[in-house]
Amino acid sequence: MATENPQVVTETEEHVHEESHYHPKLSFIRKYVFSMDHKTIAKQFLITGIFWGVIGGLMSMVFRLKLGFPDDSFPFLQSILGSWAPEGDLKPEFYNALITIHGTVLVFFVLTAGLSGTFANLLIPLQVGARDMASPFLNMMSYWFFFLASVVMFSSLFLPQGPASPGWTVYPPQSALPQASPGSGAGMTYWLVSMALFIFSALLGGLNYIVTILNMRTKGMSMARLPLTIWAFLVTAILGVLSFPVLLSASVLLIFDRGMGTSFFLSDIYIAGEALRTSTGEILSGGSPILFQHLFWFLGHPEVYIIILPAMGIVSEVLAVNARKPIFGYRAMVGSLLAIGFLSFVVWAHHMFVTGMNPFIGSVFMLLTLIIAVPSAIKVFNWVTTLWKGNIRLTPAMLFSIGFVSTFIAGGLTGLFLGNPAIDIQLHDTYFIVAHFHIVMALSAIFGMFAGIYHWFPKMFGRMMNKNLGYLHFFLTIVCAYGVFWPMHYIGMAGVPRRYFEFSNFQAFGGFADLNQFITVAAIIGFTAQFLFIINFFYSIFHGRKATMNPWKSVTIEWTTPIKTGHGNWPGEIPEVHRWAYDYSKNGDSENDFIPQTTPVSADEIEPEH
Amino acid sequence: MLSFLAVICVVFLLIVIVQISKILESLGVLKGEEEAQESSNKLNGGLLFVFIILSFYLIYWSIKKYSPEFLPESASIHGVWIDQLFNITLLITGVVFILTEFLLFYFAWKYRGNRKKKALHYVDNHRLELLWTVIPAITLTVLVGFGAVRWYEITSQPPDNVTWIEITGRQFEWMPRYPGVDGVFGKRMVEYIDDGTGNKLGIDTTDINSEDDFLPTEIHLVVNQPVAFKIRSRDVLHSFYLPHFRVKMDAVPGIPTQFWFTPTKTSAQMAKDVGKPDFVYELACAELCGASHSNMRLEVFVDTQEEYDEWEKQQTSWYSSFMGLDKEDDADAEQLEEAADQKEDNDEGEEIEITETNGNVEENNVISMLQND
Repeated sequence: MATENPQVVTETEEHVHEESHYHPKLSFIRKYVFSMDHKTIAKQFLITGIFWGVIGGLMSMVFRLKLGFPDDSFPFLQSILGSWAPEGDLKPEFYNALITIHGTVLVFFVLTAGLSGTFANLLIPLQVGARDMASPFLNMMSYWFFFLASVVMFSSLFLPQGPASPGWTVYPPQSALPQASPGSGAGMTYWLVSMALFIFSALLGGLNYIVTILNMRTKGMSMARLPLTIWAFLVTAILGVLSFPVLLSASVLLIFDRGMGTSFFLSDIYIAGEALRTSTGEILSGGSPILFQHLFWFLGHPEVYIIILPAMGIVSEVLAVNARKPIFGYRAMVGSLLAIGFLSFVVWAHHMFVTGMNPFIGSVFMLLTLIIAVPSAIKVFNWVTTLWKGNIRLTPAMLFSIGFVSTFIAGGLTGLFLGNPAIDIQLHDTYFIVAHFHIVMALSAIFGMFAGIYHWFPKMFGRMMNKNLGYLHFFLTIVCAYGVFWPMHYIGMAGVPRRYFEFSNFQAFGGFADLNQFITVAAIIGFTAQFLFIINFFYSIFHGRKATMNPWKSVTIEWTTPIKTGHGNWPGEIPEVHRWAYDYSKNGDSENDFIPQTTPVSADEIEPEH
Repeated sequence: MLSFLAVICVVFLLIVIVQISKILESLGVLKGEEEAQESSNKLNGGLLFVFIILSFYLIYWSIKKYSPEFLPESASIHGVWIDQLFNITLLITGVVFILTEFLLFYFAWKYRGNRKKKALHYVDNHRLELLWTVIPAITLTVLVGFGAVRWYEITSQPPDNVTWIEITGRQFEWMPRYPGVDGVFGKRMVEYIDDGTGNKLGIDTTDINSEDDFLPTEIHLVVNQPVAFKIRSRDVLHSFYLPHFRVKMDAVPGIPTQFWFTPTKTSAQMAKDVGKPDFVYELACAELCGASHSNMRLEVFVDTQEEYDEWEKQQTSWYSSFMGLDKEDDADAEQLEEAADQKEDNDEGEEIEITETNGNVEENNVISMLQND
């Protein structure tokens, strides 16, 4: 086998050479639409992700308006939402639909496809030193399945009864019974179809990532020399491949329950004036709605790590490059990634402490959940130490990385409350958890995504984004983000439940009108500030300053490719790697404080064991 | 029109910002990229540091301002434990939060880039890493330990002197049921549910135990008397949530769940404590159940024993109003008595069975067992 390998490499090279010589121009469709180039696919994921980010964000604006200003009506809403908001008053069933679709598209379409789809595709071949993914065709299919999923989800917004509305967790029986809420009819069917397509996309992508990382590393690129981004994408892909099929099975069983008279999740139900019966007239029983929750969270929990791990990888890389220091404790960083990845599979039931589960099981899941805090703490301390005595360039990417560490700490710590089932009894399904997961998962992941975009934009488009807009974007975003989610902790500590259309019915929950208004205003400013980014992004694609080959003076090998990187990545041979990915400030020279991975280890240099 | 103008203003503002940033960038390029980066390091580093210091102050200020609106001290025994655990965790995480966030932003400012400086090539320090692995691990062990002890106490089987109340959720209403003087609930079946006739719970009218069950429109509890709720749902998921008692348990169709606790403050006492004469305990739904999820409210009253007895006396049994018996006379009362005797005989012979799935008490029998002991 070993002798065969070089042959394979040369063959591919020749092929690429041939292509660039004899087929210099692919048709527009092959080049930009049905492209098999991992870089183009990455951009497709990114732009679709941005599209969904705007839609999901707009939805949150609409329901925040309702929560912040419950007594006002906003006539312009009728012109956007039509019958969902007659005379500008949002209807409660569409409030539920909005929070459902907001959650679904942000979790799956923006923070899974938009984040890991973009950066795994862009960086894996470039950073491990490969011409493309292991299977460019499957990779292309992965995007187009995601596209189809997007189309289905988007069309569900135009259904007369509205899209799915049982919350993004789609717990049955509500999601199984069209009688239970208007969104549980066609809207829920669209949701399930869309998710099934999305799962295909995630699996095709994930398998490709794993195979590429394990098999297609360039010469000298041992696993211990991989940048942490790649480690993060590897663990993410493994989590996805192992957990997404479980959601698919849950969806399929739910489809059976919805349309074929089975009762996997249904039992003893009387709804809309009649009891549910089997075809033979007996009461439908024996199913367990809790089973669905187990299946859902068996994906759902790894899913939050699928979202956060790529951001962790990106941030580790950006922090090291811009602090001009090696990432502190590389081995511990890899080890904690693996530990978090493993543990993420055995903590799912901490979402279900108050479903009536056996208390013993609850305590086991508490133990496993709190253990996750240890590798997470290691990562945080290592990031902070990476900054210590650095020579820090505060680029927009770096600012967002620092923001990531900040939100990851703030949101991670509140996990210690929620992971403790005794405390969770009170906090479960209140605004406290809304604050927790938005900070630790949504904000952190979005910050990681911004860091990645600002950092690798020159690699994607050969141009630079405007830094000053980036700075402004960062500070507005972090101030508004904390402005939105920090006060939610207080509302949660006052016991206010989440997913409430209005609070005025309850004496206990009605007291936070001023805070809710403040949150809404902060959210609107924060959302508007994102347009600074969007303008910057699209403007810079065409008119940004031209990038240099290695604008951040980074050591990793993606910066050894030409500025306008063609399909195949390196025009000549793939470079050989001689050292790990973090040799910053190693030599005495302050002009050139980095040694690229492609530089051979000199005779007098000791390469430490990493 | 106003909103349209607002949008226009925002768009103009964005355009102005973009233009200014472009000019600034060109100026930066003229100045030399390195130098431009250095001055923005200075500015951004300063802003980061100001941001964190200001945030710390705002956190302090806002907690002071809003803490009076947090929930009042728990009105149940276990709720006080939960609050204690919350406070311990808050203390630990608060210290870690301030320390790590401060260092993060302080380092970003302190070590901001400068052409004359050079970063320290610092790769590893196993002792340091061991330290910050072991310390969190020990801290978490303590939290897990306390948490587990309280969790087991809270979810333990209720004591013998407990009073059982059944609560059923449906879209969008909570329906409580009290077992009446016999302390035993009548059987219920989904087959018997009929909103048309008013049998909303599907109570078996042939079951003698159902005859004195009553279905009030509010919940009354006796202070310092343990109470256990058997929690059911008729349609979709709901969650039984009593914020002032720190009680929450999902209502799952097909799988009854339970939660027991001891209320420690009467409604009157609580009203005095919080200084709101119109204070009332509330039961809410905490699991999204449909369009009117935020309307599933029921009032809860914690009474002294005397107040409770007085209230209970006023309740009419569901059976009598369902069968129209409450309008008729003694003949039926006799019948009822007879039936009650019969019931006692039944109880003696009844086989007691406890089936538990996932900690859920499966059948009513466990209640009768607890009552009969």
